[in-house]
Amino acid sequence: MSSPIMKLVAQRIALGILLLLAVSVLIFAGTQILPGDVAQAILGQSATPESLANLREQLGLNDPAFIRYFRWLGGVVTGDLGTAMSSGQDIAASMKGRLWNTLFLAFWAAVVAVPLAIVLGLIAVRYRNGWVDKLISGLALASTSFPEFFIGYVLVYFFAVKYQIFPGISTVYDGMPFGERMQAIMLPAAALTLVVLAHMMRMTRAAILNVMQSAYVETAELKGLSAFAVIRRHAFPNAIAPIINVVMLNLAYLIVGVVVVEVIFVYPGMGQYLVDHVTKRDVPVVQAVGLIFAAVYISLNIIADIAAIVANPRLRHPK
Amino acid sequence: MSNELEFLSRRVASGKLSRRDFLGRAAALGVTATFANSLLSSAARAAGPVKGGTLKAGLVGGESTNSLDPALFMTQVPFAFGKMWGELIVELSPEGSLENRIAEEIGSSDDAKVWTLKIRDGVEFHNGKTVTAEDVAATLERHSDEKSKSGALGYMKGIESIKASGKEVVLTLKEANADLPYLLSDYHLIVQPNGGKDKADAGISAGPYKITINEPGVRHGGERFANYWQGDKMGHADQIEIIVINDATARTSALQGGQVNMINRVEPKIVDLIKRLPGVTIRNHAGPGHYVFIMHCDTAPFDNNDLRMALKLAIDREEMLDKVLRGYGSLGNDFPINASYPLFTEIEQRKYDPDKAKFHFKKSGHDGAVLLRTSDVAFPGAVDASQLFQQSAAKAGIQIELKREPGDGYWNEVWNKQPFCASYWGGRSTQDQMYSTAYLSTADWNDTRFKRPDFDKMVLAARAELDETKRKAMYHDMAVLVRDEGGLILPMFNQFIDATGAKVAGWVDDPHQELMNGYALAKCWLEA
Repeated sequence: MSSPIMKLVAQRIALGILLLLAVSVLIFAGTQILPGDVAQAILGQSATPESLANLREQLGLNDPAFIRYFRWLGGVVTGDLGTAMSSGQDIAASMKGRLWNTLFLAFWAAVVAVPLAIVLGLIAVRYRNGWVDKLISGLALASTSFPEFFIGYVLVYFFAVKYQIFPGISTVYDGMPFGERMQAIMLPAAALTLVVLAHMMRMTRAAILNVMQSAYVETAELKGLSAFAVIRRHAFPNAIAPIINVVMLNLAYLIVGVVVVEVIFVYPGMGQYLVDHVTKRDVPVVQAVGLIFAAVYISLNIIADIAAIVANPRLRHPK
Repeated sequence: MSNELEFLSRRVASGKLSRRDFLGRAAALGVTATFANSLLSSAARAAGPVKGGTLKAGLVGGESTNSLDPALFMTQVPFAFGKMWGELIVELSPEGSLENRIAEEIGSSDDAKVWTLKIRDGVEFHNGKTVTAEDVAATLERHSDEKSKSGALGYMKGIESIKASGKEVVLTLKEANADLPYLLSDYHLIVQPNGGKDKADAGISAGPYKITINEPGVRHGGERFANYWQGDKMGHADQIEIIVINDATARTSALQGGQVNMINRVEPKIVDLIKRLPGVTIRNHAGPGHYVFIMHCDTAPFDNNDLRMALKLAIDREEMLDKVLRGYGSLGNDFPINASYPLFTEIEQRKYDPDKAKFHFKKSGHDGAVLLRTSDVAFPGAVDASQLFQQSAAKAGIQIELKREPGDGYWNEVWNKQPFCASYWGGRSTQDQMYSTAYLSTADWNDTRFKRPDFDKMVLAARAELDETKRKAMYHDMAVLVRDEGGLILPMFNQFIDATGAKVAGWVDDPHQELMNGYALAKCWLEA
């Protein structure tokens, strides 16, 4: 690998960090304008003026906003996300399990969805404009167009209630045997797969079709290669950059956008954790989760960028 | 015919006949499914509990922010789990009387100011220590301390001194209170070693189950505590588990799919559908909870009793009960007490009367619309109920303007702040508690701003009265005062609607809270 690549990569990472800082400011500002304040949310109906004042003092809510921001940022950089206001638990510790669960679900959904989408995309290109292509596109688009809660409930109805093959609630816990855990996440993973499938499949199809018009593909066909070999050897490698991009976008969605699926299947992941704490105005947790989501999103995009550069000779060797 | 049925039901209870066969034969004998089911459950009770197995409940009302510190319990899951691992000083029986738990005997001085709790011998904590009078006293002390932020603080503040001596705890009250034992049945007052002063969220008490799993917002579980002091009455299943399922549809499908044995909060609008599912039994019963529209008696235009009366007469309670609760409730009568309270007296039912409402509205001299704030979170169906109210009032010539408020912040910004809004109350265990919490002039939660020195005096007098007949008469007078002059519009009392799956036996309706006052997992068992 040559140094221009290293330089590009370093540039991207530096940009990412800068972006993350900007996001942290936004998150902090956003949580400041939520209605109500933490002290009130913690005490709830039982708040009296004295107890409110005491609690505000104790939580340091009386300091100006920028001081609180830097105090918080300092903690985050040193790995200390603070303690949850509502339960007094260490955020980093209680979030670890949740994050792991979310990643676990996202990983298995991706393991199914990404190859499936790409293969379906390739098949659609091979039989383009025929009934196979139309069937694949139609089904994939339909599954994406349905809202995810609808897909979730349909899956629950058939597989959990009617035929009772998989559990309808996906509660997982530490020390759960791997087999049981896989069985528990089967339905949410299927729902997520159906939701992200079409986007990746359509993008694969479009990107490859674009390349299929090039002269060298025609040459390959004239050489007598089979249709699949042309796609696999000549078209696909040159269409990989946009595909990686869309794959990464969908991976990010699998991690940060699964709140609804988590609620339907009662899956103890990050989304549910975030929602619980938003309703309690637990600002430190909301900030921490927001920041982690932003970091995941930004880093997956950096990976996509870098992969696209590495895959593209023109970007790898700029003039 | 009934002999045959009884015989068959005993066979089911002893495991010789399947439930489905029984229902089939019962139907052949021309008996309705409801009756056959109730026959079955009484036979199962008679046959006695079956030990063993795992009972699971899927419940709404748990968050990842929940703590095991009983002082901080607020929602349904910590409440129900607390009843599994915790033991109280005294509890309310399903019939409404007092059931002594850690206190073996509760006695008072003649003026109801000094109370003595005699502590039961041989009750053991999960950590092997014996429950002492000191532990009980320390528990009460901790909940009386502002710093504990205890949900029971409101009543505990009325205790002046707590002393443990030998096997007794002596409580001296600031003011006489004949209801003290009822107050001590509050679900927050779980007795902990040294009152939980060392570690409030250690999760150790003397209840029927020891905590084995505690993942807030996800699941909680326990295994039977071998040395539970009344193991014959509670703790039939070997293990119990509570899975937090906040989504109503997921809860139903978990019950249907057999992943849980019972669920809470079935929505009234789907009860009729769930009833038809095989094996599922709906457990609905009246409680003290109620849905309300509250007016501030000290804010214009609601400071005029004619206007308040006009609005009370302009609401069609029957229609609301029918359409919002689908009949799963009972009519309200503008005072917060119903038959689930001890010492309740019936008062003539207020009816929808547009003509009278019109008369009072005119007399009030108010002109123009009245602004009612409502929200989805005020109570399930609150927005629909408000619209029904708007329509029935329009027929009486009263214009109600609706403002739909966001659910976020409703309890901070609207309830107890704005002069007219929709809300709900979960109810309390005694009339005194209910009136002291929300109708005393000095109460923080006096959400109708009902400030009447004469009423306050009645509350205090009734509290100190030990003669039940006199007390009952006093509560009747208080109810009439609130009903006719207060700011409360109470269209309906809601019911607790739980559901159990196949093979769950031992269910006894309890009017105090959902899920048999939280004890369903400990008191029910799985039929063989």
